Parts: sequence; structure tokens; C-alpha cells
Amino acid sequence: MQNEELIVAKGLTKKYGDFTAVNEIDFAVRKGESFGFLGPNGAGKSTTMRIIAATLTRTSGQISILGKDPADRGPEIRAHLGVVPQQDNLDQALTVTDNLYIYGRYFGLPRKFVKSKIDELLEFAQLTDKRNAKVESLSGGMKRRLTIARALISEPEILMLDEPTTGLDPQARHILWDRLFRLKEQGVTLLITTHYMDEAEQLCDRLMVMDKGSIMAEDSPADLIKKFSTKEVLEVRFGSDRNSQVSDQLKTMCERIEVLPDRILMYADDAELLLESIHRASLHPLTSLVRRSSLEDVFLRLTGRSLIE
Amino acid sequence: MITTMAVAIAEKRIGRRGESVYSGRAKAVLERSYLAFRSSAWIVVLTGFLEPVMYLFSFGYGVGKLIGKIEVAPGHFVSYAAFIAPALLATSAMNGAIYDSTWNVFFKLRFDRVYQGMLATSMGPLDVALGEMAWALIRGLAYATAFMIIVGLLGLITTPVALLAIPAAVLIAFGFAAIGMAVTTYIKSFEQMNLINIVMLPMFLFSGSFYPLSIYPGWLQLFIKSLPLWHGVVLIRSVSLGIVNTSLIPHIIYFLVMILLGLFFTTKRLTQLFMR
Amino acid sequence: MTDLSRRGSLVIIDTDRTLKRGVFYVIEARLRTMMHWIFSLLTGSLLNPFFYLASLGIGVGTFINQRAGSAGIDGVKYIIFLAPALLSAVAIQDFMGEVVFPTLQGFKWEKTFFAMNATPLTGRQIALGTYFSSLIRTIGSVVIYFAVLVGFGAVDPARAWPSMVTSLYAAACFGAFMLGAAAHAENDDLFLNLMGRLLIMPLFLFSGTFYPISSMPLPLQWLGWASPLWHATELGRWVSYGHHLSGSMIAIHFGYLAIFLVTGLLWAFNRFDYRLSK
Ligand SMILES: Nc1ncnc2c1ncn2[C@@H]1O[C@H](COP(=O)(O)OP(=O)(O)O)[C@@H](O)[C@H]1O
Ligand SMILES: [Mg+2]
Repeated sequence: MQNEELIVAKGLTKKYGDFTAVNEIDFAVRKGESFGFLGPNGAGKSTTMRIIAATLTRTSGQISILGKDPADRGPEIRAHLGVVPQQDNLDQALTVTDNLYIYGRYFGLPRKFVKSKIDELLEFAQLTDKRNAKVESLSGGMKRRLTIARALISEPEILMLDEPTTGLDPQARHILWDRLFRLKEQGVTLLITTHYMDEAEQLCDRLMVMDKGSIMAEDSPADLIKKFSTKEVLEVRFGSDRNSQVSDQLKTMCERIEVLPDRILMYADDAELLLESIHRASLHPLTSLVRRSSLEDVFLRLTGRSLIE
Repeated sequence: MITTMAVAIAEKRIGRRGESVYSGRAKAVLERSYLAFRSSAWIVVLTGFLEPVMYLFSFGYGVGKLIGKIEVAPGHFVSYAAFIAPALLATSAMNGAIYDSTWNVFFKLRFDRVYQGMLATSMGPLDVALGEMAWALIRGLAYATAFMIIVGLLGLITTPVALLAIPAAVLIAFGFAAIGMAVTTYIKSFEQMNLINIVMLPMFLFSGSFYPLSIYPGWLQLFIKSLPLWHGVVLIRSVSLGIVNTSLIPHIIYFLVMILLGLFFTTKRLTQLFMR
Repeated sequence: MTDLSRRGSLVIIDTDRTLKRGVFYVIEARLRTMMHWIFSLLTGSLLNPFFYLASLGIGVGTFINQRAGSAGIDGVKYIIFLAPALLSAVAIQDFMGEVVFPTLQGFKWEKTFFAMNATPLTGRQIALGTYFSSLIRTIGSVVIYFAVLVGFGAVDPARAWPSMVTSLYAAACFGAFMLGAAAHAENDDLFLNLMGRLLIMPLFLFSGTFYPISSMPLPLQWLGWASPLWHATELGRWVSYGHHLSGSMIAIHFGYLAIFLVTGLLWAFNRFDYRLSK
């Protein structure tokens, strides 16, 4: 079944005391797709992930994972999932190999089976030459890859990654993205949270934009940009004093503008043309930049704020 | 839906009692302790059982010279070393279990997030609690056996019944490990962890380990007799003297209750902390 | 011109001050940290010896005094015999803890020493700062514990007050040695474990703390002779109630402890400079 829905949530809500961290959200994740939660810190992404992982109970609403309710079918649901939490929780007292091995044992898998998988997973995580190293000695990127490999030991149908590349350097991120693509090719359903728009664009077939516990929009990255932004963006700077003075005049020249503290974003389908008309009006910006619209623009449009403060 | 091996294993337990908290995999947690232990320094393991031995030498022979023999039952005198040896065994069972179930658990709980990782699998909190305690018990068993060998070599074992002190030490360790772990799951800071030590030392010093309780006023005796270590000391001291009768039952029940309460609260708290 | 020279002189004064007072800055930082832990410090370092005093001094003491009769132990009641030893043990253990943990923390756990070293502070100043803040803390512990002993009637304050000085002297000597050792330790877990089980525990148990060292079999008496706590205790008993010591023994006790002080400080300076520049 192509469009089989593995995870379905309706009116899902989580409150910590009086504070509502996730507010009546609806979503569905289909088999084999890569589904992303994009939102700034505190949006409620991790909370949602933990409810799906059956390690946190919801306050109200419905959720089913593979047709089961995590509130009373926790162990079975967790047997289907591979979980990569936001903060690594590798076992510091053990070596790389032992981390993989013991995690398989936690799922009740036979020794032989687990041992036969370890080499393949080490290879996948590019940690073969670190197999006997203690976890302490690994770099951040290696730890992250090991955590992913560990989550794969039970051959899960759904892999959940909470901010997989936060805190990694660009090279480590690209290695990790590459590994995730491979998993997707193998048909693993991916559930990813991130506050990086480039990561969301790279990895996700469909995205849910979250802010303050609510869903702001849901679609593929390309369609979100189409829906909520123009094709191109012109970024101009007039210097911090003049930015606000000229904004009224600029407003009349394009579909929409956003005045940020240090620059002005002008939305138009042809930004070059827009730039020409600005010059013609004798408004000479100190700097200007023409670029394609990104998810950052979508987020700004939806919430009036940037993704990364 | 794909039925992988992990899923098939988890589904086998559907309908069992307590399926959401227990998956029958405490042995995996135990195996983890073994793997971690394998890579720890042997000297730390070796010196682990030194504490009661050193107390035995220092007090048994040093203080023993000043005190002489102690009357344990009407008309029944034993050397001071023979008097404190059972108490030291009980105390070291307590200390070992408490150390394993408090400091070690505290770090895994609050810093290394080891339990979080475990509970993201198809295991439950009772697996974790039982597995961790099983390790504390195995260690307790090893140390108790080592201590008894030394006590035997010193000629302080006078009856084969005294060997029952080893299972008794394991029972004591289980009780303290269960309570210790339960308490630790409620603890948030190092300051609070220190409070545990503050309770432990006076219990050691005042539970009739070094001299009979008879010198205390009645109310204080009653209070001390309500503390777990006193029950442990009496239990081991009795079997060491070859006394095995119904008088031991209350002490055994005391520890069984500790074990049940400890397991219950640990499971409840771990559920609250990680699967709430 | 004026502006520039003012700035220039300011810099010079600043460096100068840091060079001279660096030690005090480190002490201040340490004492501030200690204040956060004041509750644990008080309970840990005072409650524990208090319990030992109550349990052994009074409890075991009852039985010992009964048997010893009027001869007493070393000519006095058991608790009076025990008190100077516990005072020295408190001093030595507190001093040790207060140099060992901050040093491990500074080099390993939070690497604060490296941050301090990035300012004009030198390794030697950081070492001395750690050392003297421990001394200040230990003075506090010793005075409070001495008051506890007075409360128990275990010491005669008018006569025994110099035992505070001998205890502090011993603690300061052995503390210097532990400062060097802690700065030397690369494997913190192992170091702490071995320190607890192979140093603190035997020190406490085999230094003639609870009975005259001569009660021990000879092979175990050696442990006491090597132990700084035994030397401290002998001096403490001498000043507290007139335990007999010959002049040469007094000199040996002081001298033996001084060896720890000198080698310890040299070791610490060496290791602090080495690790901070590595
Ligand atoms: N255990 C908790 N108790 C109280 N508040 C919490 C708890 N966990 C998360 N929150 C709050 O809920 C909100 C959402 O948190 P989270 O789901 O972690 O967001 P995200 O992962 O998107 O950054 C945040 O404001 C956070 O402070
Ligand atoms: Mg998060």
C-alpha cells in the first residue's frame, strides 16, 4: 500500500501543568516518506516526538502508531521504532560495539542475531575503525552516527530523529544527511525534527511548520515556498537608521516586505527587476542581494519571527 | 506493518500481567552491568571488599585488646573480633548495595541518561529496576563470600551454620538496594545525595555493631531496633553463632518488605520520569 | 598623549596587582564556591566525626573504661584518649578533600584552572590559592570540632587548645602532598577510589586512633609509623593530656610531617605548571 498512514494524530495535546506545549495538532505520516517537524526552540517538536515514541503520555486527543495507542501498547510500539533523541544518551561506560550489542539485547534480540548485525551497522555509521573505542573519545558527529546505528539494531520500520545535526560542523552534517538518504532509499520511514531550514529542505518530503505548540502549515518544502512566499527575494540594506525611513516607499514597489533590524526583505517573482526599479527611484541601498525564497521566508511570513533567534 | 524480530518478541508478551512495565528482560540490564564492569579497573574491584576487612583487623584486634570478650547471650562470651565480624558483614552488604543503587544509579539517571536509552526500547521500568538490583546482589554475594573466607581463615567461624551468613548478606543487600534505588529516583541534586551518607554513617555506628545496645536508654534502643541495619546485624550475628530458629523470621520479613516497597516505588518513579 | 600614558600605566598596575595578589583571587573564587556547599561541608566534616565520638568515645568507651578501671587508657579515660586523634583526623581529611576535589575539578571535570591560567595567573598561584583556601576552611572545621569536643567533656580547653595547632600543622603538611598527588592524577575515578580505600580508610583505622598503636601486631604497626595521622595524634595527645613524648620523638614527629609539606609543595608547583602549559 503506497499511501498507508503509519502515524495518525488528531487534536493531539500535551500540557505540562498549566503550560500547553502541544496544542491540538493533527497530522499523518505515510509509509516510506520522510516527514519533518520544522520549528524554533520550544515549538513542541521534542514533546511530539516523545509522545509518538511512547515515552510520554498525551494530555488529550488521539494518536495511533501502526494502528495502536501508545498509552496502552507502549512496548510493542517501541519495538517498531528506532529513536535518536535530541541529546545523545549513549552508554558512556561501554565501547562502540558494546553500545550496539546491548541495545539489541534490550529489545530481547538473540545474541547471535545482534552480533551478526554489528559489522554492517558499524560500516553504515563509518565507525568500523572505532569499534573498540570508548564512547567518550568519539567526536560529536561520530556519536550522532553511533546513536543512529544503535537505533537501527532492531530493524525498525520508523526511524525518529530529534534534531539530528544540531551542534555538528558542516562536514559532519553532510555525512549524516547522506546516511539518512540511504535509509530512505531502503524504505525506512523517517521522522525528523529540525530548526534548520536547509536540513528540512534537504531531507523532508513533507513538512509541518510548528510554532508555540501549533501547526502553522503543512506541505512539501517546495509547495510551502510556493504557497507562502514569492519565487525570489531581494535583501537590501540602507544602514540601520534609514531602513525604516525608506520602508514606506519600498512597500509600494513589491508584493510584501519584511523590515528586519539590519535589512529589508522584499518579496517579488523577479527580484532583479525590482532592484532596477529601486535604483530608478534613486534609493541607493548600501548592499543588495538577490536570492531564491527559502523556508526561512515561509516561517517569517507565518509567524513574523525568524527560525533561529 | 512489518513484523521484525523485535516486534515479534514484543508481541509475545501481549496479555501478560504488567506487560507495560515488565518485559522479562532484566537479564539484558544485568548483561549491561557486566559489560561495563569488564572494562573497569580490577584494582577498584579488588579493593572494594577491603573496607570490612580493615575494620575487622583494626577494631577486632586493636579495640578488642582493650575491651576483651563480649557477652552475646547469657553466659555465652565471644572474642571482640567474633562479635563485630557479623556486623561488619551486614554493614558492608548495606554499603555496597547502597553505593550501587544510589551513586551509580544517580549518575545513570541524571547525567548519562542510560535509563532513558533503555526505556526507549521495548523494555519497561521494572526490567531496569530488577536488572540493576540483580547486579548489586551479585556484587554483594561476591564480597560477602570473600569476607567469609577471611573470617574463616582467622578462625572466627565456629559452626557450618555460619555459612548462612552469605545468603543473609544477599538478602540484606537486596533490601537496601531496593530502597536505595527508590529513594534515588526522587533525588535531584548532589546536596540531597549527601543526605544519604548522613543517614548511613550513624546507622553503622549505632546499630549495635561495636557494642551491645544494652548501654542505651530504652527509647533509644527501640528507635535503633526500628532501623534496617540492626535487623541485618542481628540476623547475621545469630546464624554466625549457629542460632537458626523462628526468632529470625521478623528480621527476614523486615527485609522482604523493604524489597517489595523498593521495587514498587522504583518502578512507579521510573514510569513517571520517563514514560509519563 | 595623556590618554595613552594613562592606559599604559593602568595595564602595568593591573598586571602587577595580579602578580602579587593572584593567590588571593584564587582563594576568593574558592571560598565563594565553598559557600554554595556550606550545608554539605558542615554536615560531612562535622557530623561524621561527631557520630564517631558519640558511638566510639561513649559507647565503646563505656566497655573499655569498665575493663581498664582506674589505670585508664594511656592514663586517661577513653574519650580523652580518643579526642586528639579525632581532631587530627578531621583536620587531615578536610584539608585533603578540599585540595583534592577542587584540583580534579580544575584540571579535569570543569577545567576551571585552564580558564584561570588564561588570565595572568600562574600555575603556582593557582596551586597556592587552592592550598590556602583549604587551610582557611580547615581552620574553621578544627575550631568547630574542638568546641564539640569541649562540649563532650573530651578535652580541657585551657590545656588542650594547642592540639588545634598541631592538628592544623599536620593537615597542612599532608594536604600539600595530596595537592601534588591530585595534580598528578590523570585518571580521576581510579585516583578517588584508591585514595578512599587505600589511603583514607587505612589512615583512619591503623594510626592508633582508637587504641595505642602498640596493641597492634607488629606488621600492622608499620602502617601507623608511616601515617601522618599517627604523628599528628601523638603530638595532639602530648599537648592535650600529657601523653609522654621524649624531646627527640617530638622533633621526629614535626620533622616527618615537614617532609610531606616540602615535597608536596614542590610536586604541586611542578605538576600545576606542567599541566597548564601542556
Ligand atoms: N518536562 C517538561 N516540563 C515542563 N515544560 C516542558 C517540559 N518539557 C518541555 N517543556 C516546555 O514545552 C515547550 C516545548 O518543548 P519541546 O517540545 O522540547 O520543544 P522543541 O523540541 O520544539 O524545542 C518548551 O517551552 C519547553 O520549555
Ligand atoms: Mg527539542
